[in-house]
Amino acid sequence: MDPRLLQLDDEGRLKHFLTTDGLDRAVLTEILDRAEGFLGVARQAVKKVPLCRGKIIANVFFENSTRTRTTFELAAKRLSADVLNVNISTSATAKGETLLDTLRNLEAMNVDMFVVRHADSGAAQFIAEHAAPFVSVINAGDGSYAHPTQGMLDMFTIRRHKGAFEPLTAVIVGDVLHSRVARSQIGALRTLGAAEVRVVAPRTLIPAEAEAALGVRVFADLASGVRDADVIILLRLQHERMNGAFLPSEHEYFHLFGLTEQRIEQAKPDAIVMHPGPINRGVEMDSGIADGPRSVILEQVSNGLAVRMAVMSMCIGTQNLALANAARGTEAVETATESEQDGALTHG
Amino acid sequence: MAEHQLTIANGRVLDPVTGLDQITDLHLIGGRIVALGPAPLGFEPQRLINATGLVVCPGLVDLCARLREPGLEHKGTIESETRAAVAGGITTLCCPPDTTPVIDTPAVAQLIRRRAKTRGQARVLPVGALTKELAGQQISEMAALKEAGCPALGNANRPIRNTRVQRRALEYAATFGLTSFLHPADDDLSEGGLVHEGRVSTQLGLPGIPEAAETVAVARDLALAEQTGARVHFRGLSTARATEMLAEARNRGIAASADVSAHQLFLTEDDLYGFNANAHVIPPLRTQRDRDALRTAVASGAISAICSDHRPHEPDAKLAPFPQTRPGISALETLLSLVLELVADGVMDLSSALARVTCNPAAILSRTTLGRIDVGTRARADLCLFAPNERWRPTPEHWLSQGQNTPFFGREMHGRVRYTLSNGRLVYERNCA
Repeated sequence: MDPRLLQLDDEGRLKHFLTTDGLDRAVLTEILDRAEGFLGVARQAVKKVPLCRGKIIANVFFENSTRTRTTFELAAKRLSADVLNVNISTSATAKGETLLDTLRNLEAMNVDMFVVRHADSGAAQFIAEHAAPFVSVINAGDGSYAHPTQGMLDMFTIRRHKGAFEPLTAVIVGDVLHSRVARSQIGALRTLGAAEVRVVAPRTLIPAEAEAALGVRVFADLASGVRDADVIILLRLQHERMNGAFLPSEHEYFHLFGLTEQRIEQAKPDAIVMHPGPINRGVEMDSGIADGPRSVILEQVSNGLAVRMAVMSMCIGTQNLALANAARGTEAVETATESEQDGALTHG
Repeated sequence: MAEHQLTIANGRVLDPVTGLDQITDLHLIGGRIVALGPAPLGFEPQRLINATGLVVCPGLVDLCARLREPGLEHKGTIESETRAAVAGGITTLCCPPDTTPVIDTPAVAQLIRRRAKTRGQARVLPVGALTKELAGQQISEMAALKEAGCPALGNANRPIRNTRVQRRALEYAATFGLTSFLHPADDDLSEGGLVHEGRVSTQLGLPGIPEAAETVAVARDLALAEQTGARVHFRGLSTARATEMLAEARNRGIAASADVSAHQLFLTEDDLYGFNANAHVIPPLRTQRDRDALRTAVASGAISAICSDHRPHEPDAKLAPFPQTRPGISALETLLSLVLELVADGVMDLSSALARVTCNPAAILSRTTLGRIDVGTRARADLCLFAPNERWRPTPEHWLSQGQNTPFFGREMHGRVRYTLSNGRLVYERNCA
């Protein structure tokens, strides 16, 4: 199904958040604006708002993750929701239970929102297509396809530092081929109007037809890739890539694609450096850069909370409207039946 | 007792192999065609089929249809799938050897043929395995498989990785005049891949199968065919480049033929958007350019046959995140309509298009009595009568195959089968008000 139709209700309000694909600038901007409002919550004495009170949010993780799950959990708790953490290791599937069975079981517990992480591209969309009405799905990372809340928290961080997106040149360095984070960042940057999006990596880590498919410029050389850049995003390099004939060694990767003080000189003086974490110091970048003045890496983590609160509250808000409409519909039917009966009585 | 007499009246009788194309009558006694045109003296048909406005052509020959029996009866059976086949005008089907057990012994081949005779509506020809268990290591007892009725051999979708074994298998098969069906896919290059490596795989984050997975395998197998003189048939080409390599090799006199799965002539990688599991097929749907080249190759004859590549599945096989779904389309009931759509699209004339699903696949199988309309022979007739201009939309309610996995539900189709005769028997008829 078209991800746009799936993610929005008839009025264009966010119902599920599966990918940045198909969402227009207005929706993405609304997420950012709303997140701005939630930043203050962390500084309040009581770090809670009642927007999702009485709702059950289940973190359903088919893949291990501590960070992402923790920030989703915290975001849900700050919105006053009840949180259920379900870690479905491979054993559930080994027992023969299908993904749909797992989903139906959780639905039977009246869960209002699923936050899903899964190793297969398209898994979040599949769950959203088969979820019961009035249940929202948020993608916390599926295969190599999308990790839209990560993408949006990065946009939020960029906007706080740079303001408008139009004049920006953003550079993404690393394993774009396997990265759901990169796909969501690229999609969001392009929708929000960034002037240029570049990717830098050896050819083994650049997906086929990247320029046409993703709308990016491809560079094989880091120095020219970061020239005059406003934003430099480094992707995490998985150790597995050394075994699949993608790369010869971490040593050679750092030598060619690691961000160093010397290479960052090519970027704009006020360029910011981002990383979705966890960092491999000495592989993706020098420690000095990670801890240096241009690094906004820890800010990304704090911003993640605000952005996830924004997305969750928007989806729950859409759901509440739909539930209210449905209730009004039933009420209207009931009223109609009652008046018919009244009529019958009067005439009788 | 007198044998059953049947007249098919006033149809457009079209036989691509002889070039016959005229509006006339066919008269059958006991399932054999005894006359074309005027009825023989004393002919008194018990049944008269009014074929006015219908095309009468040979029953279709499908080079690749999985019937799922034995071993995967929850997906389909010989009974259910041959019923679907005749509803699509197909009267001869070749089933690849990846059944359970594998068709690597005469017993399995005989079992399939016996089941088809007793419960099937169409003729089923089992394709024997080139190697035992399809494992690509030890060649099978090919002479015995031929004896048991296998018209060709193949290794299904499990290409032989070891080039030396591949060479020996081709040579040994050639000893008995058997054609080898090859699914060209380099194992290492396709490993882990799900869809065509290109724009869409990049956007959807799905692991790709590069064009080179096919061209590398075609290059290897053409080299082996040239060296050994063995006859090879490439099953289901999917890339423009491979069709060029094939055409070039045929020009040099290499005994190589090829077919294409009908869906490859219509769908492309773009059909995968939204993670559409019904567009998950192997070899994968490729680019618009590849699809256009495949159409050109079919028109030129470089690709001489079109097959259904029928793969029925139970619903659960497609009800999962895309990477977990099983590849394949339930395709018997849409084969003829898709072929007729090529005519509507101006790719080929009607007779050439029908040749791709009748006499040409029969020639690839070296079964030249199939896929043609013969008068006065001992063979019982296989005929398909279809309404060339009827438009219809496939729906799950009127679907006969056990597998409902098709991307074509709801799509407008060109031309529809009205009657099918298989081995002289009227096995399918659809009444129209």
